Amino acid sequence: MAIPLSYVARNLWTRRLTTTLTAGGLALVVFVFATVLMLDAGLKRTLVGTGEHDNVIAIRKGAETEIQSGITRIQASVIETHPAIATGPDSRPLVSKETVVLISLRKAGAQKPSNVIIRGVSATGLALRPQVKLVAGRMFSPGASEIVVGGAIARGFDNTRIGDKLNFAQRDWTVVGTFDAGSSGFDSEIWGDVDQLMQAFRRTAFSSMVLRLADSDRLDQMRADFDADPRLTSELKRERTFYSDQSRALSTFINVLGLTLTTVFSIGAMLGAMITMYAAVSNRVSEIGTLRALGFRRANVLVAFLVEALLLGLVGGLAGLAAAALMQFASFSTTNFQTFADLSFRFVLTPQIAAQTLAFSLVMGLVGGFLPALRAARLEIVEALRAA
Amino acid sequence: MFLLKLVLRNAFRHRLRTFLTVTGLAVAVLAYGMLQTVVDAWYAGAAAASATRLVTRSAISLAVWLPASYEARIRGMEGVKRVARSNWFGGVYQEPKNFFPQFAVSDNYLDLYPEFVLTEAERAAWLRDRKGCLVGRQLADKFGFKVGDVLPIRGTIYPGTWEFVIRGVFDGAEPGKVTNHLLFHWDYLNETMRKAKRRADAVGVYIVGIDDIDSAAAIAVNIDAEFRNSLAETLTESEQAFQLGFVAMSDQIIAAIRIVSYVVILIILAVMANTMAMSARERTSEYATLKAIGFGPRFLALLILGESLLICALGGALGMALTLPAAAFFKTVAAIFPIFAVSGGTLLAQAACALAVALTAAIVPAARAARVRIVDGLRAIA
Repeated sequence: MAIPLSYVARNLWTRRLTTTLTAGGLALVVFVFATVLMLDAGLKRTLVGTGEHDNVIAIRKGAETEIQSGITRIQASVIETHPAIATGPDSRPLVSKETVVLISLRKAGAQKPSNVIIRGVSATGLALRPQVKLVAGRMFSPGASEIVVGGAIARGFDNTRIGDKLNFAQRDWTVVGTFDAGSSGFDSEIWGDVDQLMQAFRRTAFSSMVLRLADSDRLDQMRADFDADPRLTSELKRERTFYSDQSRALSTFINVLGLTLTTVFSIGAMLGAMITMYAAVSNRVSEIGTLRALGFRRANVLVAFLVEALLLGLVGGLAGLAAAALMQFASFSTTNFQTFADLSFRFVLTPQIAAQTLAFSLVMGLVGGFLPALRAARLEIVEALRAA
Repeated sequence: MFLLKLVLRNAFRHRLRTFLTVTGLAVAVLAYGMLQTVVDAWYAGAAAASATRLVTRSAISLAVWLPASYEARIRGMEGVKRVARSNWFGGVYQEPKNFFPQFAVSDNYLDLYPEFVLTEAERAAWLRDRKGCLVGRQLADKFGFKVGDVLPIRGTIYPGTWEFVIRGVFDGAEPGKVTNHLLFHWDYLNETMRKAKRRADAVGVYIVGIDDIDSAAAIAVNIDAEFRNSLAETLTESEQAFQLGFVAMSDQIIAAIRIVSYVVILIILAVMANTMAMSARERTSEYATLKAIGFGPRFLALLILGESLLICALGGALGMALTLPAAAFFKTVAAIFPIFAVSGGTLLAQAACALAVALTAAIVPAARAARVRIVDGLRAIA
């Protein structure tokens, strides 16, 4: 017969201060662990959400980002005519020729400016990105020095409210609208009319092109055609792949830093759990003797102490997870090392992360509690009864 | 004396518990020190900046070039001694994870950077070879580059695969200088781009050398005024401000690391406070006995505080002692930061944290022990 769970739970309750401190230590480690995973999940969701499956992006071969890339007008008109590109209701190809420039803007409350992507798009550019929706004001009119800003820009940067003017490239650009791009990377961008921006920045070539495939399977054929054409120097990538490639360095950095930290911290917390459980055992030697004398077996005692350690881990895990869940209301913005532009993303708690976090806290409890439980189980009845 | 002896005996009564607590403390103090060093490493570029250099870049952003014609105009301005061109090349050597910075620079660039030393012979050899390049000592050691090697580097901003011949290896004039970059001729870059008819005569940044540090701000304002309302407006700032701009781009990451480094202190505080609380709880009847034979509450408080201080001193010292070899190990294994040195301030902060943990952990148990009534204490069962 097993030792009842209520006995185990009451033991933790009796030593409330110790339980709170140990579980608190575990909770802090769990909190760090969970926020790191949430940050990485948020980053992935943001950059994967930026791409549409059937959208293909054309950039110059060898370029890794749109900033580095260039596509001349001649090349653009060759690309545009490829038969694999879908056509819109007006029977024109669904292609957006875009220019991407970085500009320095000051973050609200910050001393130093951050780099922000300003993207010149044509009317089709909006049709190609259904996740981008205007939430306030209006869209920029073609041919005017007007811009619309993403949600993360409007929230995080100075001077980006509707009606404000930003000065760059010898012009004043009026902010006429705010768009919400869900949780995608476009939320950290500013958009304007491609022709106006190219003129202002004295650009003669586009940065990139976004195409909608008429049929998802025709990408390989299109690639082969482009490689065979000596006029073209571009390569094609699915928009999703393109954006998730761009997050790789930042994602690796967050993971390596975060997981190294949690590993180190968890050593501290496991030692804490071990101290607590050793004390729990040594204070209860005679109690253990009594249990054994009543007929409970060594295995029962072992299980009881392991369950106590697991319970301790669970309390810490739940507390840490609850604190981490609150982080979902916060957002994080930093420079993406690869694009050199500021990117804002959220902490995203997925069921998988919650499960991983709780498993992690249970493992910490188990590791911390194993040796003390073993000691408890190996006590001799007679000596244990005599100890008190 | 009696107090000290009692503290010592108490601290080592539960050898296992003390051992575990000291280990936990050492790990936490070590982690705190490493995190502080990571933050320091971030600022290393700004710390290495010279006050006699200004950086002029496009007012729009670093990704926008300035015309090459600006060089003569800047050089002619009052207070300016030298002007060098520098373009970020951003190439990939073999694969992206081998990242190191490459700059296309004008021939006089090294005159502005006396902190990098190169033999005259190597310098002359570099100047003679248009495809020649110079590599820093750290970079050469990392990849085993030797003078005469040909490096193929795939351009990301400038298309194609470029080949550079190593003509010299430069050292830092003093230890601790970052020398993990590659320099090659700006003219080589420009001629190639002219043939491609794109991105020619474009300069990433101008490095402006000045003599009078006090007039740096005025010179910067003058340069920017010179190009105001032109097609390419400039932004001139001190080299340090320029470097801090890069740091600021990751300020939220740095802030997160800072917060986390305090979290580790909290974790260890919880562990330590727990150890002290348990020890004091188990010894309630002993404290009552001590009181009964005439020792005052102050003595009991000191007894507990002393034990806490002793354990924290051991853990803190162990952690601090481990920080230096750990930093050296981290530097060789994960070569993310060119400079990764533990500063004196970091060691002081570690000691301060250990002390703070010792004091905080002792407060509640000491107060309890001081207040306990003799009768209750004698009756208490641990």
